[in-house]
Amino acid sequence: MTATVSISSIEKNFGATKTLKGVSVDVAAGEFLTLVGPSGCGKSTLLRIIAGLIPQDGGTISIDGAPVDHLLPKARDVSMVFQSYALYPHMSVRENIATPLKVRRLSSFARWPLVGKFAPGQAAARAEIAEAVKQVAAQVEIEALLDRRPAQLSGGQRQRVALARAMVRQPRVFLMDEPLSNLDARLRVHMRGELSELHQRLGATFIYVTHDQVEAMTMSTRVALMMDGEIVQVATPDEIYTNPADVRVARFIGSPEINLLQGRADPQGRISIAGRATALRTEAVGQLTVGLRPEILTIDDGSSDIVIDGRLQRVERLGHDVLLHVRNDGSDRKNMTLRVSAAELEALQMSGRLEENFTIGARATAALLFDADGKRLPAIHGATASEPLTYSSGRKLVGV
Amino acid sequence: MTMVLSSHPIGRTPRRRLGAEIAPSIAYWFATPSIILLVGTMLLPIVVMIAMSFTDYELGALDFSFVGFDNYVSLWGDKTFWRSLLNTAYYVALVVPASVIIGLVLAVMVNGLKRGRRFYQIAFFLPVTSTLIAMATVWKYLLHGKIGPVNHLLTAIGLPGMEFFGDPSLVMPALAIIGVWSLAGFNMVLFTAGLTAIPQELYEASAVDGIDNPIERFFTVTLPMLGPTTMFVIITTSITAFKVFDTVAVLTRGGPQGASDVLLYVNYLEGFQYMRIGLASAITVVFLGIILLLSLVQAKVLERKVHY
Repeated sequence: MTATVSISSIEKNFGATKTLKGVSVDVAAGEFLTLVGPSGCGKSTLLRIIAGLIPQDGGTISIDGAPVDHLLPKARDVSMVFQSYALYPHMSVRENIATPLKVRRLSSFARWPLVGKFAPGQAAARAEIAEAVKQVAAQVEIEALLDRRPAQLSGGQRQRVALARAMVRQPRVFLMDEPLSNLDARLRVHMRGELSELHQRLGATFIYVTHDQVEAMTMSTRVALMMDGEIVQVATPDEIYTNPADVRVARFIGSPEINLLQGRADPQGRISIAGRATALRTEAVGQLTVGLRPEILTIDDGSSDIVIDGRLQRVERLGHDVLLHVRNDGSDRKNMTLRVSAAELEALQMSGRLEENFTIGARATAALLFDADGKRLPAIHGATASEPLTYSSGRKLVGV
Repeated sequence: MTMVLSSHPIGRTPRRRLGAEIAPSIAYWFATPSIILLVGTMLLPIVVMIAMSFTDYELGALDFSFVGFDNYVSLWGDKTFWRSLLNTAYYVALVVPASVIIGLVLAVMVNGLKRGRRFYQIAFFLPVTSTLIAMATVWKYLLHGKIGPVNHLLTAIGLPGMEFFGDPSLVMPALAIIGVWSLAGFNMVLFTAGLTAIPQELYEASAVDGIDNPIERFFTVTLPMLGPTTMFVIITTSITAFKVFDTVAVLTRGGPQGASDVLLYVNYLEGFQYMRIGLASAITVVFLGIILLLSLVQAKVLERKVHY
């Protein structure tokens, strides 16, 4: 029970504001696609359009190749998990999970409040539903909670009930609207793992909305990054991190944020940062932005292709890693962040190199170039241009 | 706060509470004015009233004596009292369900409107703001046996005309119609407030679950989520309906043949027409007791059903 979802040039306006400006993306069967972006970028609106909860103003949604634009949510065979879980507070967990099945399998008279239970000829259907509820409750390990009300459950347990309610009728597509954002940090990390596992086990198509880039990076098959009602880039988590198509993507993905420096390309395409020549080359001329991820920066030992002057502001210890916040005394006076390991920090402190002004360095191959509009520019640096970048490839430290 | 504390050498200065510390004996003096007001305006009148129900005090009399439970005993044997109690109960039984259901239906329908919502809300709320005594005169004309438009309408469609305020079996329903008219708008406003508190995601969840029939959606989401509001509305409407007085005093004066005698009207007659304050106080005590009991029972029964 899995299906492709094709979203093609979806538009949505609320009054004069264009919330979605022609969004298109194809989701493969069994894929875990994450729509990620800052608040108000239209990702939740897009999810509701896929579910059929709100109509679009233009474009088409197809599930399994067939357009579903004219269908009510019930007929689209999708299920959805909401940020607030949206459980029915007056029903037990068992009744909550059974609701989607009851609506589909029981006659309308049998669903009447109070008198419905006297409807004849529904015993077989009721038994089937009870069995399905029991099975799905076992899958998310909430069998012991079936007779409780949602108010008696913790956040994590409610989350599981919401998942069970979504799973129970085996829909073709799962839609998830920030399902983890109401959980505390620990539980969120745990549920991230469980959701990934669930996706693998069910093999269903997941479309997952979040504003948290960590969730997007850790769980998805592909990430679609949305900004201002448009999809800026769709790529695998690896690709979107190492090869962002736009400076907004580079800024949004990655924590701490990428360091962006103003650069200038001379007519030969040689790029200088804060007046210092670098080994970077490009085909463009004029102002541009150079992006350097915190982990590719090092304290220069004379071998770097790019060098920036800096002065240590603050050290932030994360356990295994340490963030060095460095003030760049160049023309644009920006703060930069370096990520080094705790061992490296110790070595640097021993050598006394962090006490005075020093030079930050990076390999030219690891730098990301963006033009004045924020679009990615191809960098030219010889044979190594297409070499994939790994975490430690751009790193070389003094004294280690 | 922490900055200030940590600037002190730890251990030397004792940790101090922010704000002034006041001895309890002084603190109680600050509470005295509000306690006096509370006792003087709320509790004392009730206590005096209960005490008077055990006396034979008459309005204007110079002295009185305690008569024990005599007032209650004479109430027990009084046909008018029992008739007024039954009439009041009948009125409550007519007004509460009708005004709660009409208020709920109006709220749901008006809330679902795309435009004109404000207009309808104001229109239905108008009866609440108007004085019932003034409007009762209009109703008296509307429901008049001979010149009333309602009767003209009834005879025009071939039904017999009805003497709403002249027929003992029709007078309570006629008063109940006016009661519903004056209460439904207020209930609608309360339900509207309850409706806006229902999270939109719950409706979306029900749509994804496959509940696309509006009536089923009402019973699955709207009504259960309005539970606490409904409980509040039922209790306040019951109390208001139990206190029916002005329409009776203006329109029927208990007639015809005592068919619209209600508890508060009889109470008013005893106290201010026949000057028997002792007896009137006894009726008030019974009245308060019934309202208290009604509210308690409703709260106990409904509380379990509406709070999840």
